[in-house]
Amino acid sequence: MGKLRDPDCNPLQARAETVLTDYAARAQAASGPRGRKPRRRLSGRNIMIYGTLFVVSVYYLLPLWVMVVTSLKGMPEIRLGNIFAPPVEITFEPWVKAWAEACTGLNCDGLSRGFWNSVRITVPSALVSIFIASVNGYALANWRFRGGEAFFTILIFGAFIPYQVMLYPMVILLREAGLYGSLTGLIVVHTVFGMPIVTLLFRNYFTSLPEELFKAARVDGAGFWGIYFRVMLPMSLPIFTVAMIIQITGIWNDFLFGTVFTRPNLYPMTVQLNNIVNSVQGVKEYNVNMAATLLTGLVPLAIYFASGKLFVRGIAAGAVKG
Amino acid sequence: MRAEAAATGRGATSPPPSAAPPRRLLRNLTAKIAAIPMVLTALVVFLGGTVWTVVYSFTSSRMLPRAEFVGLEQYDRLWSTRRWVISIENLAIYGLCSLVFSLVIGFVLAALLDQKIRYENAFRTILLYPFALSFIVTGLVWQWILDPEFGLQSIIRGLGFENFTFDPLYNPDIAIFGILIAGLWQGTGLIMILMLAGLRGIDGEIWKASRVDGIPAWKTYLFIIVPMMRPVFITALVLITSGIVKLYDLVVAQTGGGPGIATEVPAKYVYDYMFGGQNLGQGFAASTMMLLAVAIVVIPWAMLEFGGKRRG
Repeated sequence: MGKLRDPDCNPLQARAETVLTDYAARAQAASGPRGRKPRRRLSGRNIMIYGTLFVVSVYYLLPLWVMVVTSLKGMPEIRLGNIFAPPVEITFEPWVKAWAEACTGLNCDGLSRGFWNSVRITVPSALVSIFIASVNGYALANWRFRGGEAFFTILIFGAFIPYQVMLYPMVILLREAGLYGSLTGLIVVHTVFGMPIVTLLFRNYFTSLPEELFKAARVDGAGFWGIYFRVMLPMSLPIFTVAMIIQITGIWNDFLFGTVFTRPNLYPMTVQLNNIVNSVQGVKEYNVNMAATLLTGLVPLAIYFASGKLFVRGIAAGAVKG
Repeated sequence: MRAEAAATGRGATSPPPSAAPPRRLLRNLTAKIAAIPMVLTALVVFLGGTVWTVVYSFTSSRMLPRAEFVGLEQYDRLWSTRRWVISIENLAIYGLCSLVFSLVIGFVLAALLDQKIRYENAFRTILLYPFALSFIVTGLVWQWILDPEFGLQSIIRGLGFENFTFDPLYNPDIAIFGILIAGLWQGTGLIMILMLAGLRGIDGEIWKASRVDGIPAWKTYLFIIVPMMRPVFITALVLITSGIVKLYDLVVAQTGGGPGIATEVPAKYVYDYMFGGQNLGQGFAASTMMLLAVAIVVIPWAMLEFGGKRRG
C-alpha cells in the first residue's frame, strides 16, 4: 500500500484505479439494467456452456460413483446388474472385509495393515521433508551464500530426472547406510525426492516477504534459527499448509518408492491395494476391491475436499514455476 | 537435532555484518550448514546418481553392478528387444495423444470456466478431484469400468446394441488407449487449473478491444489469447512430458503390461530388469534412454526460460 502512494509508482496506481473502476462499471452493468435483450442473447450460449460442463462433470464423477455403488452391493447383485445402477440392497460387508480380512499372499488382515503403514510412512516423511525444505528455502531466500543458487538449479533440474535413473544409486546409498528396507530409509527417500518442489515453494514465499522484516530482526540481534522460528515460521502458516497438502497427498499416493525401498511387512497402502486387487488367485470380489480402492483414495480425497483453494494454490505454485 | 542446533547457534553469531573478505567461507556459516541436506541431495543423489547410472549403463552388470565396460552392448541389446521397442511405441502413442488431448481439453475447460459462470467452484472441484487420487486407484477404477463383462460394453449391449464392442484392455491393438483414457481422467484437471490461471492473468482490455472490433470469441481465443498464453502452454507441455516418461503405476495397476506385452512402458521395463530380472545393465541402459528423452524436452525449455534472465 505504502508503495502505491510513492510518487514514482503513480502510473501503477492510476492503472489499479482504472481496473477498479472497470470492475465497478462491469458489476454495475451486470446488476443494473436487467433488460431483456442481453439476457436472451446470453441464454443460448449459457445452455451450451453449462451443458458441456455438466456432461463433463458427469464423466469425471462416474468412476467415483461406480466405486461407491459397487462397494455397497453384494456379489450376486454385481453379477446380474449394471455397474452404474445404485445398489438394491445396501451392504457394508465389503468395506469390513476390505479393511480387516482381504488377503495379500499369506497375510489376511486386510488393508488396515497397509493403512497404518502408510500413516507411519506419511506423517514423519511429510514433517521431516517439510522442515528440511523450509530451512533450505529460508537459507536460499534470506541468507544468500555463494553457490546456493547453483545447488538450487541442480535441485530443480533434478525434479525432471526420471526416478528410474536414480533408483539404483539410492538403493546403494541406503544399503551402505544400513537403512535399506527400513522406515527411516523410506523417509529419507521421500525427503530427498520431495525436496525440489517444496524448497522451491518456500524459497519463493520467503523471497516475497518484505526484506525489512528480516533486516529488523537481524538488527535486533536474532540469528539464523532465531529469525526462522520467531519471525518466518509464524508468518508462513499458509505456505506450510500448502506444503503439507502437497507432501501428504504425494507420499500417500506413492507406489514406486513403496515397492522398491520397503519390505512386504512395511508396504504402504497403495502397494497392498494393488496386490489385493490384482492377485490372480481366487474369485474376484469386485465389491471388496472397490471398497479397498475407495479406502485408499479416502485420505487424499478428504484432504482435497477439505483444503479447497489451498490445494489449487499448491499445485499452481509448484507447477507454474517448476 | 539438538547437536545441530548447538553447532549452528555458534555459527549464527560469528558473521559480523561487516566481515572482512578473507573470511568469506565462514560468512553465513549457519545458513551453509542448514543447506547441507540440499547440497547433498543435489550433488550426491541427483547429480552423482545420474552420472553413476549413465556410466554403469556401459558395463556388463547383471546381479550386481560391475565396472566391466562393454561399450554400447547394453544399448544394442536394448534396441533389439521386442519388449523395449513396444514400450517405446506405446510411450510415443500415449505421449502424443496425452499431450494433445490434455492441452486441448484443459484449455477448452478452462475457457468454459472463465465465462463468469455460476457454480464455478463446484465445477472446478469436480474436474480436479481425480488429480488427488493415486495412479493405482485410477488404474483400478478404470480397469473395472472398461471390463467388457461388467463395464461400459456390457451396459451398452444391455441397451440393445448386441454387437457393440469396447474392450480396450483386452484388445492388444488398442490397449494403450484404455490407459490413455484413465490417464487423461486423472491429469486433465491439473492442466485446466494452469490454463485457468493463465486466462485470468490476461488483461481484460484485450477482450474489450476484440469485442469493439467485432471479432468472434473463438477467433479471439485462437489467434490472440493462445499466443499470449505461450508461457503457460510451455509449462504445461514440460509438466505433461516429464509426467509421461514416468508413467508406471497406472500401467501396473490397470493392465500389468498386458494383454501380453501390449501395454509395456519404459519405466516398467527398467523396474522389471533392475529388481525382477537381475539384469542391472539393461535397466541402466533403459533408464538412460528415459533420461535422454526428458533432456530433449527440458533443456531447450530451460534455456528459453532462464537462459536470458540470468545475466540481466
